[in-house]
Amino acid sequence: MGVEICVEGLTKSFGHQVIWQDVSLTLPAGEVSVMLGPSGTGKSVFLKTLVGLLKPDRGSITIQGRDITRLRERDLYEVRKLFGVLFQDGALFGSMNLYDNIAFPLREHTRKSESEIRRIVLEKMDMVGLLGAEGKLPGEISGGMRKRAGLARALVLDPEIILFDEPDSGLDPVRVAYLNQLIVDLNAQIDATFLIVTHDIASARQVPDNIGLLFRRELVMFGPREKLLASDEPVVRQFLNGRMQGPIGMAEEKDAAQVEQELAQIDEDGPAGAPAPRLLPGPGITRPPRWEAIARREAELHGAEVTSP
Amino acid sequence: MRLSPTGALRQSGNLFAMALDVVRSLPRRPFQAREFIQQAWFVASVTILPTALVSIPFGAVIALQIGSLTRQLGAQSFSGAASVLAVLREASPIVTALLIAGAGGTAICADLGARKIRDEIDAMQVLGIDPIHRLVVPRVLASMAVAVLLNGLVSVVGVAGGYFFNVVLQHGTPGAYLASFTTLAQLSDLWAAEIKALVFGAIAAIVASYKGLTAQGGPKGVGDAVNQSVVITFMLLFVTNFVMTAVYFQVVPQRG
Repeated sequence: MGVEICVEGLTKSFGHQVIWQDVSLTLPAGEVSVMLGPSGTGKSVFLKTLVGLLKPDRGSITIQGRDITRLRERDLYEVRKLFGVLFQDGALFGSMNLYDNIAFPLREHTRKSESEIRRIVLEKMDMVGLLGAEGKLPGEISGGMRKRAGLARALVLDPEIILFDEPDSGLDPVRVAYLNQLIVDLNAQIDATFLIVTHDIASARQVPDNIGLLFRRELVMFGPREKLLASDEPVVRQFLNGRMQGPIGMAEEKDAAQVEQELAQIDEDGPAGAPAPRLLPGPGITRPPRWEAIARREAELHGAEVTSP
Repeated sequence: MRLSPTGALRQSGNLFAMALDVVRSLPRRPFQAREFIQQAWFVASVTILPTALVSIPFGAVIALQIGSLTRQLGAQSFSGAASVLAVLREASPIVTALLIAGAGGTAICADLGARKIRDEIDAMQVLGIDPIHRLVVPRVLASMAVAVLLNGLVSVVGVAGGYFFNVVLQHGTPGAYLASFTTLAQLSDLWAAEIKALVFGAIAAIVASYKGLTAQGGPKGVGDAVNQSVVITFMLLFVTNFVMTAVYFQVVPQRG
């Protein structure tokens, strides 16, 4: 049953360059959150800070009553067992085949018998649709398969928190759609807290409960999906609509006068329409009460076609 | 990366900190026996052949130099003694150092560096596994073990090479060559060389691991890390060699 992550006043800089400052947010237990942001706004750094791979300059990250920015190395390794992280390219161990990769955490941390490990590994591989590829080496498979294998490895210790670092980068739209469905299904099945770092707007519109946006070295906004999709904040609107007009420029920032002018132009387009329908767990998945409630609300918003079969 | 006056200090501090971490992780259970054996095998396989090939000419050069000198002095019967002394005391630790750093260290550094830039090390830490304990400690121990064995190999091959050149090519007397072995050299020379090799192996593996684990900036970063690791290791090894030799001469009484 997921765990809440409470981030307060987090600031990180490399040398004199501030990456982001005063980031405060709470990832609610068991919910799916997306962290958006233009390239180079330190989304991956944020993710690495959450798992304690990087130390922030200031601020705290509280998980189960423990501030992981102040933990000793030994305790940090204990807390990390709560986490499953999907790295950008899967970060599989290149010298091991997929089966050994996914079995690795079990072999290192548990005293399970080889047959039990086999059962768990095959179950997780089935979950991500990789059955039959156990003997392949990471170098022999496609990027999408590597990501799914990385996900299976992240799932194997039954984590309470799963972090996804750009799950959609380098994948074709169809695979992205499948991966998003997989993420939603997983959330319904294992009830962990999810944080997805991405710049794919389509996924951000469909998948999460909450959206956050990092821009200009700070967290512009973090809140429920509906609130951000309907937001009038220029940066949020520009990013969620993928437009050139707005405060975000090619080299990150534009001058104020130009932004004013561009915004005046868009305002004629009128406010954003109703939020896109949410992605729901697939037909074969038993929905926990939380997802039942979401499905009912979606049905009211968008008509009967999205109700559960 | 920007240059800063404290950069070098910070680097050496971090390197030393990691060396301490390795020492602290040494007694931690479970010992990674599998990784140790794999790494020992790996380091041995990349170093044995080059070491043997390097030590033959090394022994031969010493034999050639000494051979002509001793003949002019009329002291041919001592050429064996001088040759053994040179090979055992200086040549074998130096050859071992060069090979363990040049072949073993680079392989370790490239391997860990590639893992680092592919996020494998981060992934490992996230999975709750300490890379120092899981990867670095077995490599350091493997490199130390192989260095000690290599040192033995270099001594044997070097002396054999010296024998071949002295006896076969310079027409020295086989009996005199063998009989004079222990006139200058003593058993403690061998022990000292083995201890040197042990320390060299540890230094080479720790520097290589440090450089590999801190590699950044894509494939080029790994190349740079390997390059720096060789240079740093060489410098450290030669300094260490000098210090250890000086200490050895003070501590152990010499013959002759």
